[in-house]
Amino acid sequence: MASERYSFSLTTFSPSGKLVQIEYALAAVEAGARSVGIKASNGVVIATEKVPKSILVDEHSVHRVEEVSKHIGMVYSGMGPDYRLLVKTARKKAQQYSLVYQEEIPTAQLVQRVASVMQEYTQSGGVRPFGVSLLICGWDNNRPYLFQCDPSGAYFAWKATAMGKNYINGKTFLEKRYNEDLELEDAVHTAILTLKEGFEGQITADNIEVGICDASGFRRLDPNSVKDYLANIP
Amino acid sequence: MSILTYNGGAIVAMKGDNCVAIASDLRFGVQAQTLALDFEKVFPMGPHLYLGLPGLATDTLTVRDRLKFRLNLYELRESRKIHPKTFSALVSNMLYERRFGPYFVEPVIAGLDPVTFEPYVCNMDLIGCINEPEDFVVAGSCTEQLYGMCEALWEPNLKPDDLFETCSQAIVNAFDRDAVSGWGAIVHIIEKDKITSRKIKTRMD
Repeated sequence: MASERYSFSLTTFSPSGKLVQIEYALAAVEAGARSVGIKASNGVVIATEKVPKSILVDEHSVHRVEEVSKHIGMVYSGMGPDYRLLVKTARKKAQQYSLVYQEEIPTAQLVQRVASVMQEYTQSGGVRPFGVSLLICGWDNNRPYLFQCDPSGAYFAWKATAMGKNYINGKTFLEKRYNEDLELEDAVHTAILTLKEGFEGQITADNIEVGICDASGFRRLDPNSVKDYLANIP
Repeated sequence: MSILTYNGGAIVAMKGDNCVAIASDLRFGVQAQTLALDFEKVFPMGPHLYLGLPGLATDTLTVRDRLKFRLNLYELRESRKIHPKTFSALVSNMLYERRFGPYFVEPVIAGLDPVTFEPYVCNMDLIGCINEPEDFVVAGSCTEQLYGMCEALWEPNLKPDDLFETCSQAIVNAFDRDAVSGWGAIVHIIEKDKITSRKIKTRMD
């Protein structure tokens, strides 16, 4: 039972220097639905699978890809309810920034602020870490940005990455497919292909969600546009 | 008498051709009594960014320090130089936080964009309502005289030397018609790769 001694308090290090609750949060992420993000030369795409628990669920009632500000969007792998809180916080941080500076928040700034909130939840009393990892994409400074935010509060900038169940396979797939001068249309295609790898069942416009971000801002693709992309996939 | 003219002071900023000028008088007094002749009311906030704070002298110094604090945090957090327009939003935001117990200063901001080197000037009232004209801004205890002088002398696309002359003549002739400002002036000309600051001798009565 020695390992259990360190698994209740969030802030107690185990003798090997780990915080096991944070590792369990990462395990929750790895059990969650897969999401991918790819940076292209003229934009960035995020995509995720959205497999309903039952065929009776109305799949258009909840969204996994969300807009944060005009030029920033995000998606998650892990626990849905935790994600809602982070979306709310991120939107609020974006608005607070533009209220003070009268300009849109840079993606890197938003990521830093959201990551700080996630870090707080690893060190405060009466709370648990978030069971989600985020992919935050944005466009500012005339270039695309793609970040991943983990429950520990750590964040990374990626050219392309995958999270959630079997994310290792997704990453290996992206390593083979990715190149620097990819364009947005190809990136959307690659993102869908990555989801298709190891997808259980048939991929349709209703069980994946795609968001794209370029100079004109962030938007979530409606099922009809997703269907057009799917038509080009064997 | 308004608290904004208790210590006296005059500031003007003007746009030129790829340059801006900002000038202040040097008097510090309490009503009619002059106490010092070296009180500059324009402060550097970056390599191409100057801030003028006429008004109640104690608030001039407090607002200058608090803005420098916020600016330093901004530039460290974002690891980039602030744009003058963003800086004026920051100033405006700080002033409006004290909406019902304001700092008695009327800020003037002059600078060049750190990326494009576009000239920028603006001023605002004591609770942060921004005015962003194309030509010049004035503030302090003799704004009527300053507006008169600027409207008479300013023209578009002045080169740095001409802008210095225009700006100096405008402020000197304006505060010579005001009892609580004057006693010397300092003029800063901000160019892409050069800042020129000159003190001007004026009537001392």
